[in-house]
Amino acid sequence: MSSASDAFLSLDWGRLAPVLIVLGAAVAGVLVEAFVPRKARRPVQIILSLLAVVAAGLVTLMMALDPDKRAVPISLSSAQSLTLDPMAMYLQLAVCASALLGLLVIADRTVQGDDAFTPQAASVPGSEYEDQARRAGLVQTDVYPLVLFATGGMLLFPAARDLLTMFVALEVLSLPLYLLSGLARHRRLLSQEASLKYFLLGATASAFFLFGCAWVYGATGQLTLTGIGLQTGQHLGMDPILLVGVILICVGLLFKVGAVPFHSWTPDVYQGAPTPITGFMAACTKIAAFGALLRVLYSMVPTLEWDITPALWTVAILTMVVGTVVGVVQKDIKRMLAYSAIAHAGFILTGVVTFTSEGLTGSLFYLFTYGLATVGGFGVIALIREVDAEGHMRGEATSLDQWRGLGRRSPVLASVFAIFLLTFAGIPLTSGFVGKFAVFAAAFGEGAWALGLVGLACSAVAAFFYFRVIVVMFFAGEPAEPARGGLGVGVRTQGLTQVAITVALIATLVLGIVPGWFLDFTGDLSLLVVP
Amino acid sequence: MSVTAYLVLACVLFAIGGTTVLVRRNSIVVFMGIELMLNAANLAFLAFSRMWGTLDGQLAAFFVMVVAAAEVVVGLAIIVSLFRTRRTVSVDDESLLRH
Repeated sequence: MSSASDAFLSLDWGRLAPVLIVLGAAVAGVLVEAFVPRKARRPVQIILSLLAVVAAGLVTLMMALDPDKRAVPISLSSAQSLTLDPMAMYLQLAVCASALLGLLVIADRTVQGDDAFTPQAASVPGSEYEDQARRAGLVQTDVYPLVLFATGGMLLFPAARDLLTMFVALEVLSLPLYLLSGLARHRRLLSQEASLKYFLLGATASAFFLFGCAWVYGATGQLTLTGIGLQTGQHLGMDPILLVGVILICVGLLFKVGAVPFHSWTPDVYQGAPTPITGFMAACTKIAAFGALLRVLYSMVPTLEWDITPALWTVAILTMVVGTVVGVVQKDIKRMLAYSAIAHAGFILTGVVTFTSEGLTGSLFYLFTYGLATVGGFGVIALIREVDAEGHMRGEATSLDQWRGLGRRSPVLASVFAIFLLTFAGIPLTSGFVGKFAVFAAAFGEGAWALGLVGLACSAVAAFFYFRVIVVMFFAGEPAEPARGGLGVGVRTQGLTQVAITVALIATLVLGIVPGWFLDFTGDLSLLVVP
Repeated sequence: MSVTAYLVLACVLFAIGGTTVLVRRNSIVVFMGIELMLNAANLAFLAFSRMWGTLDGQLAAFFVMVVAAAEVVVGLAIIVSLFRTRRTVSVDDESLLRH
């Protein structure tokens, strides 16, 4: 008893601060919903959530830059369920950065006061009640605490030291996202459908993950990753059980990163969810889930490398191929970026499955830069709205037809989006090129020729559909018949999205032109230590 | 009774749950299948906990129960809001999002 309370008191609370700040602010946000008058709620929530994410990011950055703290990774809590090693700090930093930009896009609204979320989630789409809520100017401010809860889960996920913590973090990050996907202001039926699909498939994937945890526990008698890692070294005659467990765990994690064949939710959810939420979850979920996957593969089952590598190779190759090939035929811009996200998951997996430190560094760098560019890209999409013949602004213009000639109507936004597309395509002088180069170099260096060659071929094919969008925006003439719903035009907003897009753009270009210092930083931090 | 019996039962429950998710059309029933899968995992945790003589597995089962309860809250909220919109909970009718 006394030792437990000692362990509680001797916790290094400073190291836990980022998670505590974000989850604490989320709880405070729930209280704000209850006690702050309606008029003041939105500004209070926005300030609270932005401050929390900034503070968490700064604390993480300070720890990551402090050589002492970086050198001595520690386990936290009396049950030692968290580990804050350099990799965890790096990924937490990446999550904070993307979440901050994501929050700016989420908080923004047009000059008419139109944000991305339904005024009243409980109202039936198209009902009188919804109309009244809209006219009364209601705002669904619960969005901000939900985003913070999800961010808290994402901060925990890559730092989990045992499977149980990992499962809880997985649910803490997923449950708010299921709800957030269903809150779009426009096209609510699509949004609700996306929410249901995400929930049913995500919960099934969680069940697989959990069942896998049970079998791994059965095979080793341990739940901590280190303990399992030690046990897997000595053959206990339980290898088949262990292998089944590890594969089921990988299924759950590969679902979250959107790898083929567990990707079917990605296009639907990316398309149906409110665009700012799509950007937020595309970036942050991918970072957090890859963090957990890296931890499972690198520190829990390194001795099973030979058993699971063929399966992971297959998944990586399938992910790259399906993501690019199906992406080519998409006509909806959000859906196209969803398939692009699947392909990118494949590229990152290429770095992961090399099981080398170069591959690890490459994947981490890729995750960071891809996250920022993704938030920026979806931020631009959130600004392109359809305008009908009378000049009324409606929902987002996501059909590729509506983007025809955007370069003439909104030249700045179109140019910025073109740069994000170039970074997705991996064109030199953008951060996407550096990331791709790092993972493919690691694959070739390790002799994984098949992976590297498929990756290069897929990058070339993928470049086609990114360039197609650029051609549509800048060089396509006016459509013969007017696009359904009206053409897309950049809309004026209160400016937060523009801030997010600018930061993402600067990061993309700076990390593309002078990536050396950041690659060094990533290399310093790409270290998994499980004490 | 040996631990194997419990593990076999856990696998059977997991398989029934998985099949329910795959073949049933009512989203509430699909959701029940998912809960069955979670409980199968719980049973496996408990059986292994007994086998190894450690408490980790029982602890895990408690956490899973809490998480499953939270999942019910979110899941039913989503299903109810969809039902109010469309007057159906069949997953086959959710087909607006397509290629």
